[in-house]
Amino acid sequence: MITESIKHLNNNYDVVVVGGGPAGMAAALGAKESGAERVLIVDREKEAGGILLQCIHPGFGLQHFKEELTGPEYAQRFLEQAIAKDIDIIADAYVLDIDGDRRVKLMSGSQGVQVISAKATVLAMGARERTRGAIRTPGTRCSGVLTAGLAQRFVNLLGFLPGNKAVILGSGDIGLIMARRLTLEGVEVAGVFEIMPHANGLNRNIVQCLQDFNIPLYLSTTVVEIHGRDRIEGVTVAPVNEHLQPLADQSWYVPCDTLLLSIGLIPENELSRQLQLRIDPVTSGPVVSSTMETSINGVFACGNVVHIHDLVDFVSQEAILAGRNAGFYVTGNRPPTDNIRLIPGENVAYCVPQTISSDREHTVYMRVRRPLKESILKLGDIYEKKLRYVFPAEMVNLKVKPRFLQNFHGEALTIDILPLE
Amino acid sequence: MNQTTETTTETTISHYLCIGCPLGCRLEVEADNGHIVEVRGFTCKRGEEYAKQEHTEPRRMVTTTVRVNNGIWAKLPVKTTAAIPKEKVIELCQQLRQVNVTAPIHIGDTILSNVFDLGVDVVASRDMPTDQN
Repeated sequence: MITESIKHLNNNYDVVVVGGGPAGMAAALGAKESGAERVLIVDREKEAGGILLQCIHPGFGLQHFKEELTGPEYAQRFLEQAIAKDIDIIADAYVLDIDGDRRVKLMSGSQGVQVISAKATVLAMGARERTRGAIRTPGTRCSGVLTAGLAQRFVNLLGFLPGNKAVILGSGDIGLIMARRLTLEGVEVAGVFEIMPHANGLNRNIVQCLQDFNIPLYLSTTVVEIHGRDRIEGVTVAPVNEHLQPLADQSWYVPCDTLLLSIGLIPENELSRQLQLRIDPVTSGPVVSSTMETSINGVFACGNVVHIHDLVDFVSQEAILAGRNAGFYVTGNRPPTDNIRLIPGENVAYCVPQTISSDREHTVYMRVRRPLKESILKLGDIYEKKLRYVFPAEMVNLKVKPRFLQNFHGEALTIDILPLE
Repeated sequence: MNQTTETTTETTISHYLCIGCPLGCRLEVEADNGHIVEVRGFTCKRGEEYAKQEHTEPRRMVTTTVRVNNGIWAKLPVKTTAAIPKEKVIELCQQLRQVNVTAPIHIGDTILSNVFDLGVDVVASRDMPTDQN
């Protein structure tokens, strides 16, 4: 049932979507919905689906489909809709560049290098993982050190195990999920190490990925050295103080033949930087308006390429909006320009979109810097809302309604999330 | 926080981390000779129910992959149609590691039926087309 990649590309499209993961597929559907006729998805993998293809565990779709699905099931639902709506998909193809006239240069195994023109484009390239270089772990540069997501690809798609005895650095969900995944495939997981004093992933994963299998979780502990000549043989781990500095005299050695790094995701922003889009220094993704349009007219962006999400359901929501607006751009039905800048204030790391307009409702996504049990979100002086249990690992979303802005005539609104006294 | 059980005479106190919402309440189940006497630590009904279920009959959904021949990928993701007893999870995965299927496969195809006589099947989580190359 999975469609074959189209054999003959058209020379021009209304909307070209870069990336065919959950964001790209939803954006393409949104574009069709708002009147774009010729829509193309370009994906570099052998089939569309993005990261969902390797996320074989459940937890997807509770909001969007009101059902709990695995990653591949969620992807297949969107792919079926895309095919039903006559969206073209070219797989095994890579977008090299988009020029000022929105000509998209792409390279594919089947068609070589081609230039097609697009009236609007949507960037949906997703994220990449931070690697050892980002944290500069000392030691030898042996094999067997890889990111958790890459290990997930090896195990779930390519069919081989990364090793026999693994240490995992980072207690975010990817690390926890891989602790379980490896265990179910017969790999020994020596432990999960987390530099912060609290685990980063969902409680459900702490229980079902670690406790279920008696895999120890060492908080406030990190890997301080990697050992091994050709292949990793072990790591030195050490507890850290309140400034996250390792206490070398309390270190100990853990033998292993594999080290998985689950130390964070960043937007895949090569193309974004190449296009010289305005980039938000906190998210590392392009600055976007409330229509998910970037600083270049007609170039929209959505999903992990804008800011790292936790729930794929919110990715889909955001992407449908981006696609819909790309479609409006093509058909000439653009909504009013944004007139209010949103400024991340106290305890708010960033917010997306970075601007809004006063004529319609918007969903604003943000993350806190510090966890708070009971807190109050303030949108300037015009609106406030009580929140329960906010923490950096879970995105907060706020519906901003036009009536909040009725009497507001300023240019900017600061969003603060403060402890409730 | 680990699941632990303290014992004094025939009374046991077991600890569970609730997974219902981000609060992550620390639940306690006190039992006498295996019968639940009291559940403590929850702040909502779901938490109370979860503690009882986890104590008496913890169950888990299982998702894993099986080897597929001739498919566009080397592995096919599969899932159980319902949650199975937690203590059977590793054994099921060991069984599934011996299973080989051949493409094309359709989403929902049964890979193993009625595992451990529980009325639960293991099914394909996606279509797996044949590799054209």
